[in-house]
Amino acid sequence: MNSQVLRGRWGYASVTDKISDLVLRRPTHWLWALGFGIAGTLTLVLLGGMVWLFAVGVGIWGVNIPVAWGFAIVNFVWWIGIGHAGTFISAFLLLLRQKWRNSINRFAEAMTLFAAGIAGLWPVLHLGRPWFFYWLVPYPDVMDVWPQWRSPLVWDFFAISTYLTVSLLFWYVGLIPDLATLRDRAHGAWRRMVYGFFALGWRGEARHWARFESAYLLLAGLAAPLVISVHSIVSLDFAIGNTPGYHSTIFPPYFVAGALFCGFAMVLVIAIPMRRFLGLEDFITIRHLDNAAKILLATGLLVAYGYAMEVFTAFYSGDKYEIAIALDRMKGFYAPVYWTLLFLNVVVPQVLWWRRARRSVATLFVIGILVNIGMWLERFMIVESSLAHDFLPSAWRPFIPTGWDWAMLAGSVGLFALLFLAFVRVLPALSIFEMRELVEEEKEEAR
Amino acid sequence: MSPTPITRRDFLKLAGAATALATGACTAPPDEIVPYVRPRAIADGIAQFYATAMTMQGRALGVLVQSDMGRPTKVEGNPAHPSSLGATDVFAQASILELWDPARSRTLRHRGTPATREALVAEWRSALAGLEARGGEGLRILTGYVGSATLRAQLDGLARTYPAMQRHEWEPLHRDNSLEGARLAFGRRVDCAYRFDAADVVVAVDADPLGEGPGWVRHARDFASRRAPQSMSRLYAVESFPSITGDMADHRVALAPAALERWLAALDAALRGEASTPLPLVEAAAHDLLAHRGRSLVVAGEGLPPAAHALVHRINARLGAPGATVSYLPAVSDVACAESVAALSRDMRAGRVQALLILGGNPAYDAPADVEFGAALARVPLSVHVSLYEDETSAACAWHVPRAHYLEEWSDATAHEGTVSIVQPLVAPLHGGVSIHEAVAMLGDDAASPRDGVMRALHLEGAAWHTALRDGVVASTAPAPLALTVRDVAFDPADVADGWTVVFRPDAAVHGGEFAPNAWLQELPRPESKLVWDNAAYVSATSAARLGAKSGDLVEVARGARRVVAPLWILPGHADDAVSLPLGYGRERAGPVGSHIGFDAYPLRDGGFAWSAPCSVRKAGGAHALVTTQLHTRMEGREPAKHMTLAEALSAHSAAHAERPVESLYPDWPYDSYRWAMAIDLNACIGCNACTIACQSENNIPTVGKEEAGRGRSMHWIRVDRYDDGPTPLHQPVPCMQCEDAPCEAVCPVGATVHDSEGINVQIYNRCVGTRFCSNNCPYKVRRFNFFHYSAGLGERPVEGSNPQVTTRMRGVMEKCNYCLQRITRARLQADKEGRRIAEGEVVTACQAACPTRAISFGDLSDPASAVAQVKRSPRGYTLLEELNTRPRTTYLARVSNPNPQAANE
Amino acid sequence: MSALYGVMAELADEKALLAAAHEARDAGWAGVEAYSPFPVAGLAEELEGKPLGVSVFVLLGGILGGAGGYFLQWYSAVISYPINVGGRPLNSWPEFIPVAFEMTVLFAALAAVFAMIVGNGLPRLRHPLFDAPHFDLATRNRFFLCLRGNVEDFDEARAHAFLESLEPLRVIEVAS
Repeated sequence: MNSQVLRGRWGYASVTDKISDLVLRRPTHWLWALGFGIAGTLTLVLLGGMVWLFAVGVGIWGVNIPVAWGFAIVNFVWWIGIGHAGTFISAFLLLLRQKWRNSINRFAEAMTLFAAGIAGLWPVLHLGRPWFFYWLVPYPDVMDVWPQWRSPLVWDFFAISTYLTVSLLFWYVGLIPDLATLRDRAHGAWRRMVYGFFALGWRGEARHWARFESAYLLLAGLAAPLVISVHSIVSLDFAIGNTPGYHSTIFPPYFVAGALFCGFAMVLVIAIPMRRFLGLEDFITIRHLDNAAKILLATGLLVAYGYAMEVFTAFYSGDKYEIAIALDRMKGFYAPVYWTLLFLNVVVPQVLWWRRARRSVATLFVIGILVNIGMWLERFMIVESSLAHDFLPSAWRPFIPTGWDWAMLAGSVGLFALLFLAFVRVLPALSIFEMRELVEEEKEEAR
Repeated sequence: MSPTPITRRDFLKLAGAATALATGACTAPPDEIVPYVRPRAIADGIAQFYATAMTMQGRALGVLVQSDMGRPTKVEGNPAHPSSLGATDVFAQASILELWDPARSRTLRHRGTPATREALVAEWRSALAGLEARGGEGLRILTGYVGSATLRAQLDGLARTYPAMQRHEWEPLHRDNSLEGARLAFGRRVDCAYRFDAADVVVAVDADPLGEGPGWVRHARDFASRRAPQSMSRLYAVESFPSITGDMADHRVALAPAALERWLAALDAALRGEASTPLPLVEAAAHDLLAHRGRSLVVAGEGLPPAAHALVHRINARLGAPGATVSYLPAVSDVACAESVAALSRDMRAGRVQALLILGGNPAYDAPADVEFGAALARVPLSVHVSLYEDETSAACAWHVPRAHYLEEWSDATAHEGTVSIVQPLVAPLHGGVSIHEAVAMLGDDAASPRDGVMRALHLEGAAWHTALRDGVVASTAPAPLALTVRDVAFDPADVADGWTVVFRPDAAVHGGEFAPNAWLQELPRPESKLVWDNAAYVSATSAARLGAKSGDLVEVARGARRVVAPLWILPGHADDAVSLPLGYGRERAGPVGSHIGFDAYPLRDGGFAWSAPCSVRKAGGAHALVTTQLHTRMEGREPAKHMTLAEALSAHSAAHAERPVESLYPDWPYDSYRWAMAIDLNACIGCNACTIACQSENNIPTVGKEEAGRGRSMHWIRVDRYDDGPTPLHQPVPCMQCEDAPCEAVCPVGATVHDSEGINVQIYNRCVGTRFCSNNCPYKVRRFNFFHYSAGLGERPVEGSNPQVTTRMRGVMEKCNYCLQRITRARLQADKEGRRIAEGEVVTACQAACPTRAISFGDLSDPASAVAQVKRSPRGYTLLEELNTRPRTTYLARVSNPNPQAANE
Repeated sequence: MSALYGVMAELADEKALLAAAHEARDAGWAGVEAYSPFPVAGLAEELEGKPLGVSVFVLLGGILGGAGGYFLQWYSAVISYPINVGGRPLNSWPEFIPVAFEMTVLFAALAAVFAMIVGNGLPRLRHPLFDAPHFDLATRNRFFLCLRGNVEDFDEARAHAFLESLEPLRVIEVAS
């Protein structure tokens, strides 16, 4: 039977050794080295873009008036969406006692942190004067000025920084027992010291575990509404605006569904090569992929509902501006984008109704990539086409990305890959103590 | 096409140069100048204003120039000047940038090498000495139209010394046809001064009196004064190119040039009660003209042949127009330009010219192609060119002398209706230039100071001189209207031939090419097409379809062996079978800003075919990236610019005047002092762009260059939208609406845009971090962003020439209209000093001041008697995008058409 | 006082540990500590001393964050720098909710982690147990029951005997 969440015969020792050896022994695959090289190069492209950006201004991008928000905002929304699956898996599935979560939460959380961190970079790069980004922080200023609290961008700032902080705490708290494992298993004083430092002296005492579990569960309980709130607030960057195509009450749930959709797609894109190259097929089984695929399908349907409702409400409202933007998306300058994203986000995931597709690793990998592209296009469509076609026809003008726009998008993907490739080499990609718990639970069930 | 477009990088590279070249030293002119005493209502305490005048084609626009601590910074109209009445045009506004342009010539050169003035004078005098024996034969002087009595006196003096000397005149945008037409009709060359305020019915045949040529500012003002629904005039326009006049017409027909002549002949026949070929509008227009005898007027455009002008004079005489709606005054020139410059070229080629003095102008670039002026110039042993820039003619002459700008010189000028003004310098020449008078004096050994020359020529001294200097006009100098008898002249309209006709037009921004170096004008969206930094071959959609070309495609316009390759632009309202080519582009030597952009249409232009000619047009293959600031000129049923008929406007409950949705979720914010507000009358707006460039000058708005403009990054705080799908073309100036419930403010995360206590939506540049959310959330898209450090770019004024009361913006910050906050502040300071409220009319925004038609009202809404409050109560009043309930302080008045019911039945 | 930190039994699985803890409790041992490589359900309940719950700190943190977050906005927008922003009321309370919510979550989460770490006496990078042989397996596959030596009436021999009675893999003396 291959619907297990843990395949094969694994004990506490073997599962611990297997996962910790990935870090302590560091088997280097040539593909890892190649990926690291490519990712590093792309990261340098991003850095180069940032230097040029800071030197001359955001004019290097294709942003204009009326489309004052360009790739930076598209990328921001896309990355923050990707950064949703990790916390969703950790928090929601923990609260729901889904034990298949144990083998995917760690790397999914890492993915969340890296994606949210990269997402947080974009709004800063996006600023006309990025060196003043801290003016969004409330602090007693000699000029007596404060952030303007009615702006969704301030909400965004608080939401993203809270999300990053809470995700980091959640991830770190979950890591403490594993860091202790690494401390105890590492050879070499230097490594023991570093891992020991971050393990904080964890010993696994029963009352510590009790507090640990309590805190972990409470963090999950806090992270669950947080994860919903973050993309809701991101969606308010648009929904609070009066731009037709932005100004819609469906945006918060629509964005959250889109985030999970895109996040689970990214989980698949990462999990599939990772389980292969790190030999984790016993831990990340077909069952996991199947479950992720089901969530992908479900969130995909929610997203499809969002698309349908966007068009429906445009016409139902009778608002001429909303109708015009709906038609413009279908027939106007960005129509190819619109139809492509509908195909990628609505049609392609329907394949997952078939059990065979859900259990085909290659199919899932391809769908994951296609959905990620589709969701990027969706964000592009929302951000750009709405602004390009708002109230006064005299102001209509499309956004056309420049080479720097594309280069910096590619660079951010490179940075994400770089961080992830580094992560699997220094920290356990799977949660070791939770795998031990899983071994125990499987044992109980077998009994 | 333009091989080296100005890229953004060039912009930044040359930024340093612009700053470095700027001279910091501003010296007061040596002779005493007298400030204009502004009435208290518009006094402002700090800056001084001096009256002077800017001359184009021999006719002057009176201006008041703001001087901040000795630095001229802003041009305003002179209310006392008959051509201005307080308003200005785009050229006058942009002349302040011309003054400060670092690319202006600053070096006297002999064949390209810097030389001394003494060397030039020595060579010139020795040459003259050689010519003296034969009475100066071989000495030639080439000028434009001479509107200055001082220059006329100087040239007459020279002519007395050298009786065999010959004078020539050349203006690229000359008035040969109309002046010759007057000679045919009256036996003498006269200029016409129109009185549109007295005209109930106007028929404009290929004429653009509201948008171009001498006196247009006044024409527009007079015309607008008769467009209020209560006493509304009616305008018919028949033209090939959609001009400003055509846009404002109640009836308009687009016809190719030859068909225009037939239309005019048909009108004449209809007026005489004869049967005529049935052409659209003829019967209705004739009927209307006759019904308003003594209050009607026909205006002929320069493109019509002399006989057509003579015919129009006869028609006007029959309608009783002379003395009522048109008066005649002595012509600016007795010389037919085309013949004059051809004769000069012939003589130069034949070696009959020994010494040539060219005072201004750029004939090597803009003389008729068939006279080949530039080549002929090479045959002249001693040629001297006095000009603002080292241009094409400077390069072809032996000597180049930097010319003083009109704001640096003493002179005098003549208004379109003959009133004389004094031109006084605001500042000593920044680059050591000499005025034309000084140049003539220098070469003619006249030691009098330039000011004395002007005093002598105008016979003014003492108190009269002071008064004239202060007021900007010499009292009672307008000539009495000439009483003339019209003669019958036969007019045979040209045959309407198959095939294409090329129409030459002055460009709305670079004019004949003399303003090509001016970045403000280059970046000014042309009223008809919103194109910037380029000219284009304009055709109708039908003609374009026949060519199989779309906008941007290159076409070849050929007259025999001479051909021009130009990018096509489809212009709604253009006549079929005609292609209009704006002049003034494709210059080789117009500084870093104006060189090598657009195409040069002059090579197709002959002395005999100055305004239109048969031609062939074909698709040339390839395309050129034209940049327009408005991609979409249809309203799509949204009616941002509202329009109504006269009947609707006169009825109390008009469509445009919907009730304001007073319900709001927000409690009303109390405004207990002034409530600044603006109203823009679309019925008065002619779309001339004077407001845009006045705002640019007042608020130190940078230009961005073609590439950036093409990316939609123009910086104009007040843009003029154009819509072509209404019942008539509509122009709509759009500044910041100053919404009381401003959507932009609520989304700014740092509070960089907030309301002040008087209801102005202010932008705090040094707080702005540049999220651009405000622009996204602005339904009117009036916010402008510094994507790069534009204010340090090429073509900008040096800081000395900028308005010191407005900060320049760095990159990364948003900017927009703030109702000229600095002007309000100035008025408030003055009022506070005097312990009173700011009076009605004391604050005039830059756009409002410049507007020729007074389309813009501004003032305090809390005073129900204020002009703006009264205007806003008009039944034509409406709010842009009212349904959004942003409660703008800036509102509009709908455009009104006054169609002839008879024409509607035709 | 003994020089011993305690005496410790190494056990093979969680069942044995749970049983040992139960027996130690029945036998009235004080200062019992149980170490496991993963949380063992019910184990903490077998040991003495009810730890102060993390949840109360989370509640307090949440209240502090939420109220503080709203107060900050209200104070800055209404008291410190009142200015007309787009005609909106100074106290635009619906628009102050998102930040107050985020601050609630942030402070609650920080309180949770803070309470857990401080409550557990962490960080403590040096500890006598770390020098005990085999204790490194406490984070791998071994389970330990430790009888602390610093309690009253601690008898090392009796402790040895008791632990041996649990049939552990071995009994280890932990020096302090």
